[in-house]
Amino acid sequence: MADTAIPCAEGPIRSMELAIIIALDVLNGAASLVLLCLGLAVIFGMMRIINLAHGEFVMLGAYATVISANAGVNIWIAMLVVAPVFVGIVGIIVERCLIRFLYGRLVDTMLATWGLSLFIIGLVTTVYGNTIKGVPTPLGGFSIGAYRSSYYTLFLVAMALLLLALIYAVLRYTRFGLISRATMQNPGMAAALGISPSRVYMATFGIGAAITGLAGGLLAPVSGVVPTMGAAYVAKAFITVVGGGSAIIAGTASASMLFGFINQIGAYFTTPVFGEVTLFLSAIILIRLLPQGISGRFFKRNL
Amino acid sequence: MRISRRSFVKTTVYGSAAAFAAPAILSEGALGADAPILVGSLHDQSGPIAASGAPMVDSLIVGIDEINAAGGLLGRPLKLVHYDTQSNIQMYSQYAQQLALKDKVAVIHGGITSASREAVRPTFDRFKVLYFYNTLYEGGVCDRNTFCTGTTPAQTVEKLVPYAMKKSGKKAYIIAADYNYGQITAKWMTKYVKDNGGEVLAVDFFPLDVTNFGPTISKIQAAKPDLVLSALVGGNHTSFYRQWTSAGMKTQIPIASTTFGLVNEPSTLDATESDGVLGAYGYFEELTTPASTAYVKKIKAKFPDVPYISELAAATYEGFYLWAAGVKAAGSIDRQKVIEALEGGISFDGPSGKVVIDHPTHHAIRNAYLADVKDKKWSVLETYSQQKPLDTAGVCDLVKNPAENQQYVIKI
Repeated sequence: MADTAIPCAEGPIRSMELAIIIALDVLNGAASLVLLCLGLAVIFGMMRIINLAHGEFVMLGAYATVISANAGVNIWIAMLVVAPVFVGIVGIIVERCLIRFLYGRLVDTMLATWGLSLFIIGLVTTVYGNTIKGVPTPLGGFSIGAYRSSYYTLFLVAMALLLLALIYAVLRYTRFGLISRATMQNPGMAAALGISPSRVYMATFGIGAAITGLAGGLLAPVSGVVPTMGAAYVAKAFITVVGGGSAIIAGTASASMLFGFINQIGAYFTTPVFGEVTLFLSAIILIRLLPQGISGRFFKRNL
Repeated sequence: MRISRRSFVKTTVYGSAAAFAAPAILSEGALGADAPILVGSLHDQSGPIAASGAPMVDSLIVGIDEINAAGGLLGRPLKLVHYDTQSNIQMYSQYAQQLALKDKVAVIHGGITSASREAVRPTFDRFKVLYFYNTLYEGGVCDRNTFCTGTTPAQTVEKLVPYAMKKSGKKAYIIAADYNYGQITAKWMTKYVKDNGGEVLAVDFFPLDVTNFGPTISKIQAAKPDLVLSALVGGNHTSFYRQWTSAGMKTQIPIASTTFGLVNEPSTLDATESDGVLGAYGYFEELTTPASTAYVKKIKAKFPDVPYISELAAATYEGFYLWAAGVKAAGSIDRQKVIEALEGGISFDGPSGKVVIDHPTHHAIRNAYLADVKDKKWSVLETYSQQKPLDTAGVCDLVKNPAENQQYVIKI
């Protein structure tokens, strides 16, 4: 539409700028998916717990951020410290009271965590009401030629990369990482070697929850924070984790990149409705072709 | 004695018929002159739409208390029969039957989304119970048993679009929620943009669970409109306003919306995200007329935690009082008599100003207001007095065809 009105000389520059903006959108979509999925990848990928309350963990992280920020806590501390610590603690409580009785019972965990998600939504609604809460987005905007974007987008991308690197380092190079990987592979053998699997499970679940809480905190400034917000995230998170396969880092990163790309490009060139449709369609095709997920085929030895 | 199958069936049928009829006969006998008149209410008090439903019920309670304090209606007190429909259409159907058949209420006020209204309206038609729908909606309902007291696009969108265009320019970009309200409202927006000599660059619809508006914001920037018209709905869609602001677009392209504010956005979003957004409704809490301030004071005195008192709450209060005026004029709670009284041009001076029932459409002739957000509050800019529901009037004439019963989708 607008292109016809632009003089020829400006054409290539304009389309360069547009390409950069679209690339930023894609990166942003992929980074949001990485943040949303890492916690789930730890809990589902490592522990085989289908946590249907995942979306509500995101919501709790967002609420923790908004409420502490509005109470006067520095916004960065609210996002990066309060949200993960709070949801991590919630995760440990949930593991002790509910999940630990259900290891190895895949279907039962679905039912229990679904109930948990309804409970959390009800509780938050009762306490904070059903209206939208929010904090303003920190950092400003910048322009690329005629287009504008926000620094917060870049910050999300940086946080996603940092988190991927951090989890990789912990799992690969620390004693805790080694122990937890061993426990997930063979709890009996780990126990025989003097490790308490129950404690490792608790810690791993707590860490998964904390990462999810961090994602909620980071997304709080760019989303409408309501008790029911989790529902919008949970399906996408599961699709990405299943599409990624068993390798936590390589699988989540590659699936997030792929689905983020498809979703954002689809939404840009067609409509948001078709953006969602193409995402789900490509997920179905992917699972049909690679039943073990991307990392089941391409990054077999990776984490 | 030997019980034959036939006699067994016979006694069972008579017996159960008697058992079923007993409560009805008994309650019929008990309904003396002083028995309360029952006012039914179907509003969401939990689930995603609860923030809209809560002040509507609060309005009904305050209205009933006022009438009871003044001696009741026709010498009888009023009693509220309220069911929480939990933002769930199934609950609407279930409780609608209960109100009509078990509670036998004199009138029902309720329904918030258009989907919920269409779920219960046929039930009330079938069981002949008077129904008031007090929510702003896309227009077109044509049903003699139903009164719609909220605004329709001809009363609000028709004012909002030209005002925004005069202020900002002629090229508009429309973004709307992807269900019947958003789809139909987007059509109205397109019509009014074109009527005023403008151009619609694009129309985008969003499912209610979309949270990432990055690609859309880039698309809007590429299209370079003079203004954005929004009919986005719900908590997830609020993300748009925040992402729009964080990309620095807030100061570049203005927004006018038909939905902004219905879940209290001005006070919950940051001032930088909401300042300058234009909206048009049948009522704003910030209206400073004596009737409006008195009404707000009454609601807040009884319900200190009430969320924003929007058009939905004010129209419910006015709808309730219109019904009461109809009963007074008819001298009876009989459905047919009350409908005829209301059709005689009954009016009520409510918080939003004078509200009159329009006989041909069963909609309300009422004031409309245009406002923009300043410092987390609406600041009212324009008042449009006594606006008629012209959209519905174009398709619906209950004077000529009183037996009509459908929702027209208005061709635009």
